[in-house]
Amino acid sequence: MKTNLYNYILELADNCLIAGQRLGELCGHGPSLETDIACTNISLDLFGQTRSYFQYAADIKGEGATEDSIAFLRYEQEYKNVLLVEQPNRDFAFTMARQYLYDVFHLLLLEKLQFSQDITLSAIAKKSIKEASYHVRFTGDWIKRLGDGTEESHEKMQAAINDLWTYTNELFEVTEDAKIMVAEGIGVDVSTLKEAYYEKVSALLEEATLTIPESKYFQKGGKSGIHTEHMGYLLADMQYMQRAYPNMKW
Amino acid sequence: MNKNWPLWEIFVRSKNGLEHRHFGSLHAADAEMALENARDVYTRRSEGVSIWVVESKHITASNPEHNGELFEPAQDKIYRHPTFYDLPDDVKHM
Repeated sequence: MKTNLYNYILELADNCLIAGQRLGELCGHGPSLETDIACTNISLDLFGQTRSYFQYAADIKGEGATEDSIAFLRYEQEYKNVLLVEQPNRDFAFTMARQYLYDVFHLLLLEKLQFSQDITLSAIAKKSIKEASYHVRFTGDWIKRLGDGTEESHEKMQAAINDLWTYTNELFEVTEDAKIMVAEGIGVDVSTLKEAYYEKVSALLEEATLTIPESKYFQKGGKSGIHTEHMGYLLADMQYMQRAYPNMKW
Repeated sequence: MNKNWPLWEIFVRSKNGLEHRHFGSLHAADAEMALENARDVYTRRSEGVSIWVVESKHITASNPEHNGELFEPAQDKIYRHPTFYDLPDDVKHM
């Protein structure tokens, strides 16, 4: 089995899966019918991308692996998503901030991944770019609305940005598997996206009259499977059906 | 919060060449948000290629109480329908 490629695909896909799961939690609980549908649409886009990655990963893994077994039957430390995307929905500002901070990265990543030497990853990236472009437009709009909105919305958005900022730097960490994939022309060197990322995010925060946090301390661990305390609850919720009714089909 | 958002009427063109049709209405804080909401509420199953939004308050509607004077006078004027012509066989699809 091509272990490096398999791990690298999980690294790409787990971010989509967990970000999608968090947004999906809003289904029926959004602040308005319209935003509720918008959030679950984004969630479904991300799940669609996740499925493409996991179907590919299942082929590589063999041994009867399926997209479902990869999505639902791993243990917490086997998930490679960044800590950012697993942070729980606190309020709508927090949800939009978390998603926006991921979306900007996601789009930059896909714009590079479309030139991957691996034709499957390249095809998934090309298909996903349009979706990710809309996500960043939608969440970016909300950052501006709430940041430059009322005193209360500004306060909540600023608090969200301040709290989530510490998780942004992990996006640009290059894992051992990724290093090998970059060398083979398959993976994207995410460290090269950092400058463009903070430039884009800072410009939007300024437009939203928000203050760019100055914190120099950053959290990490997600990519190597060391997650925050929220991850176990998320997985319990997400994995329940497959654990309780193995191999069940929707 | 929702109560403060004005209502918008949504018009969607299903495909190029067809006209925009009224699809429904939704709430949004401004036109930009109305467009995005309309995209998510009404076009998620590929229903459209173009969206118009207009705030509902800008629509002037006829009063149903005036239906008599507005519409009934047309009912006995069947000669306004183009049914009194003999069409040549060569003209199809009329």
